[in-house]
Amino acid sequence: MKQSNDLYEVFLRSIRGVDHRHVGSLHADTAEQALTYARDVYTRRSEGVSIWVVKSTDITASQEQDMDSFYDPMDDKPYRHASFYVLPDEIDNM
Amino acid sequence: MSDSGQAIFDRRIEAEQKIEPKDWMPADYRKNLIRQMSQHAHSEVIGMQPEGNWISRAPTLKRKMVLLAKVQDEGGHGLYLYSATETLNATRDEMNAALHSGKAKYASIFNYPALSWADVGAIGWLVDGAAIVNQISLQGTSYGPYSRAMIRICKEESFHQRQGYEIMIALANGTPMQKAMAQDALNRVWWPSLMMFGPHDSDSAHSGRSMQWKIKLRTNDDLRQSFIDQTVPQIKFLGLELPDPDLKWNEERGHYDFGDIDWDEFKRVISGDGPCNRDRIRHHKKAHDDGQWVRDALEAYHQKKASASAA
Repeated sequence: MKQSNDLYEVFLRSIRGVDHRHVGSLHADTAEQALTYARDVYTRRSEGVSIWVVKSTDITASQEQDMDSFYDPMDDKPYRHASFYVLPDEIDNM
Repeated sequence: MSDSGQAIFDRRIEAEQKIEPKDWMPADYRKNLIRQMSQHAHSEVIGMQPEGNWISRAPTLKRKMVLLAKVQDEGGHGLYLYSATETLNATRDEMNAALHSGKAKYASIFNYPALSWADVGAIGWLVDGAAIVNQISLQGTSYGPYSRAMIRICKEESFHQRQGYEIMIALANGTPMQKAMAQDALNRVWWPSLMMFGPHDSDSAHSGRSMQWKIKLRTNDDLRQSFIDQTVPQIKFLGLELPDPDLKWNEERGHYDFGDIDWDEFKRVISGDGPCNRDRIRHHKKAHDDGQWVRDALEAYHQKKASASAA
């Protein structure tokens, strides 16, 4: 028998049509069990219409301490934003 | 009592709820979405070519950075749309094969060459402008992943049209030669931009069902009229001549009237006989084939890792 069961991350879709959002995590032995637990723990007040559970070890994440080198190239590109282009008032609703 | 998949689906469409990948959906709904979404994705990716050709020839460093950022965006938008289409069980390989064989279409506008720097301005202003009118409406489409991709794309694209119009302002207020170049680009890009909305509603093969299923919320003609109405004042502001002598405000309709669109040209170009169709597909295939060594290297790396961990 396993010493400890797996950690799962829980994602909830609050209403149809929107993205699933991360709400927390829990321990479970199987994905099915994680889904049932997630229902019990995270949707007691009908917070969601759909649940995703993903093993935490299956998530590859960037590290916040690497932020500088990871995102630095984006910081000096204001021209990716609409506000960079100054247009006359007459047609500024473009 | 349990409802049939069809009944649940119909009720959701009626109530303007989104359909999500794991929901039951009619086979034709899925098929129609795959056709429309993959065509949309192909348009983003093929659309990188006419503008991409100008990156190395942009007149200033600023314009070059802006154009590079725009073309990068188009590639990203293609990815969002391919991924959203893959939620319908269409594979990337199938979609690529359909593009290469000509079975899948893309916006016919990208089969025209970008002849001058003014074309880059006109493309951002008119082609992206037309695409945005269509895409704003598609944010409300009934298929969840498509809708969410559209919301993201609209947000990111807000700069595309503005940078194009800014180029046009600079040219229209430049030397007589620059102004003539802007006029020439407007004249050439105008009609294919109107064609981007597709055939008239009466001739559109897919419109009826797509509207019924709320994949599309506004008809081709309705969207086209909105684009024309919003664009004419922008042409006038530039001090350029209208590209169509029949463009006139119709007080009674509350819209601009416009001349006949050359649908023979549209059919010819969409079915493969535009000025650049063969080049566009050849270039796409070549880019894919030239990347084969990367896929081979990745595969070799995985093999090596797998055999190392098995040992």
